[in-house]
Amino acid sequence: MDNQRVTSSMFDTDELVINMGPQHPSTHGVLRVVLRLDGERVVDADVVIGYLHRGIEKLCENRDWTQIILLTDRMDYVAAATNNLGYCETVEKLMQLEVPRRAKYIRTALAELQRLASHLVWLGTHAMDIGAVTVFLYCLRERELILDLFEEYCGARLTYNSMRIGGLPGDLPPGWDRKAREICDLVDEKVVEYEQLLTQNRIWLERTRGVGVISAADAVAMGFCGPPLRASGVYRDVRVDEPYAAYEELQFDIPIGAAGDTYDRYLVRLEEIRQSTRIVRQALDGLPDGPVMGKVPRLIKPPAGETYHAIESPKGELGFFIVSDGKSLSPWRFRVRPPSFTNLQLLPKLVRGHLVADVVALIGTIDIVLGEVDR
Amino acid sequence: MDQNDSLPPPDPTAAPPVVPVPTPDASAAPPKPAAPRPAAAAGGAKPAGAAAAGGAAKPAAKPEPKAPAIPPGPPDPPPPADLARPGWLEAFEAAFPGVAQLSYFVGDWTVIVPLDRLIETATWLRDDAAARFDYCADATAVDWPTRAQRFDLVYCLYSVPHRHRVRVKARVGEAEAVPSVTGLWPAANWFEREMFDMFGVRFSGHPDLRRILMPEEWQGHPQRKDYPLEGPGELMIEDPQEWLKLRNAAREAEFD
Repeated sequence: MDNQRVTSSMFDTDELVINMGPQHPSTHGVLRVVLRLDGERVVDADVVIGYLHRGIEKLCENRDWTQIILLTDRMDYVAAATNNLGYCETVEKLMQLEVPRRAKYIRTALAELQRLASHLVWLGTHAMDIGAVTVFLYCLRERELILDLFEEYCGARLTYNSMRIGGLPGDLPPGWDRKAREICDLVDEKVVEYEQLLTQNRIWLERTRGVGVISAADAVAMGFCGPPLRASGVYRDVRVDEPYAAYEELQFDIPIGAAGDTYDRYLVRLEEIRQSTRIVRQALDGLPDGPVMGKVPRLIKPPAGETYHAIESPKGELGFFIVSDGKSLSPWRFRVRPPSFTNLQLLPKLVRGHLVADVVALIGTIDIVLGEVDR
Repeated sequence: MDQNDSLPPPDPTAAPPVVPVPTPDASAAPPKPAAPRPAAAAGGAKPAGAAAAGGAAKPAAKPEPKAPAIPPGPPDPPPPADLARPGWLEAFEAAFPGVAQLSYFVGDWTVIVPLDRLIETATWLRDDAAARFDYCADATAVDWPTRAQRFDLVYCLYSVPHRHRVRVKARVGEAEAVPSVTGLWPAANWFEREMFDMFGVRFSGHPDLRRILMPEEWQGHPQRKDYPLEGPGELMIEDPQEWLKLRNAAREAEFD
């Protein structure tokens, strides 16, 4: 009898609840996931966020319109220039300011370089999560060069403060465009190298193909955005649908996936790296002459009103909803629509039914930055 | 030895810090009449509120009338008469005559609907062939503390097939329950949780209404305008008007 009891408890089929994070190296910061497991299979997951909540929205409602640019850097710190761009364009829309064409082109080049940097970090960390450590070192090596480029432009490596309402803080330093072109050539060359390491790699295929499949209808309904949405086969890119900066005048392709799995999300992002270098080159080739700062009132004080403006950040649709009361010197309401936030929302759906080890791969595939999720 | 030599000087320098301390006390004589004023203004404010009042003491003395009033609400400018309306909007007005108030500003269309028609109109916007707003890009709230229905719920919708946008707005009071739109757009799940967390908007029919960014045991709703920016989170200043006055006065001081 005793024996039987021991065996039945040894083969206990109860669900096991385990905690992952917030201090787990594969959670890309401070994400906590509570997993309900049946053996090695994930039955359900609960995503707990907020560990990096700094109240940026509230802070922005108590700062000047120009001081906010600094705060936006601290959201998606892997791609800070895109945040600057999104915020500045929203205020420009609110004030109906005209931005010089040269500034638009430089902004586009900076945003695309930022996309390169962000995608390289993503590829490196994602591959490392799955077990390919070499790729991480390679990717960060190339990203370092892009950060050098940003350092030369605005003096900072991560939090740039690289845009102003109505234009840019300064023109490009001499020789910068040559260096940018060199880096684009180098990245194009290195993408082939990454592909040799991963795309046909048997382990990579086993770990990514058919893992975390999201259909196009689900992706739209659940608010997926950016590369994951496109990997599910939805043609949606803010750069094309609602063009901003200089994207209207540039030629580029939007890669679309079919299966909506981790492997397609990987392919889509790799292709985006190639398209980004193409955009940077075009923006530098077509760089018009002229000033980089438009006519902007000395005191930024948008009229009373509200607007929503979205741009395509490396993670997806980065939107700003800003309400101005027209009287005070700070926005009445400052709202960020962070792409990582909506993408992370799908994590429970993605991991259901997969193995514990796949959870790590699936957190990596949606490319989250917790600074942006929690704000 | 050198270290010993360097050590004695701190002792004399330890005295100077004592010296400056009495100086503010001595100079406090002129501001003293000003000091009770913010204290009285702060009313029942606890230490953190008093500290904010202390910072605002200097400017509060002179630019008393300069502090701008709390805006009563958004302007919601009506669309210009000569502006052509998109086809879906005309269809919307035909389907719901007189229900929605329209607004147009810097290229954005806003549809303001009464709260009890929110789900009905939102369903139409999602399902109508000309509208097809199948993507809930954002959902958030705006706090207008002086208004009776203090929150504006703002849904930023996008149509993937037609590539157009609209904002749907509904006004809601503090105690009113808001029908959740998660049934229409599952994407709104976390947005509504954030609204509940940050503003205290109550949603009915939401599958999982918990705090999302703040800890479970947190008191108050940080994004409300009467929630102080600094100080212990549990401390609420009772009168939002007073807090805004203090905030504006402090900001004027920064500019002087």
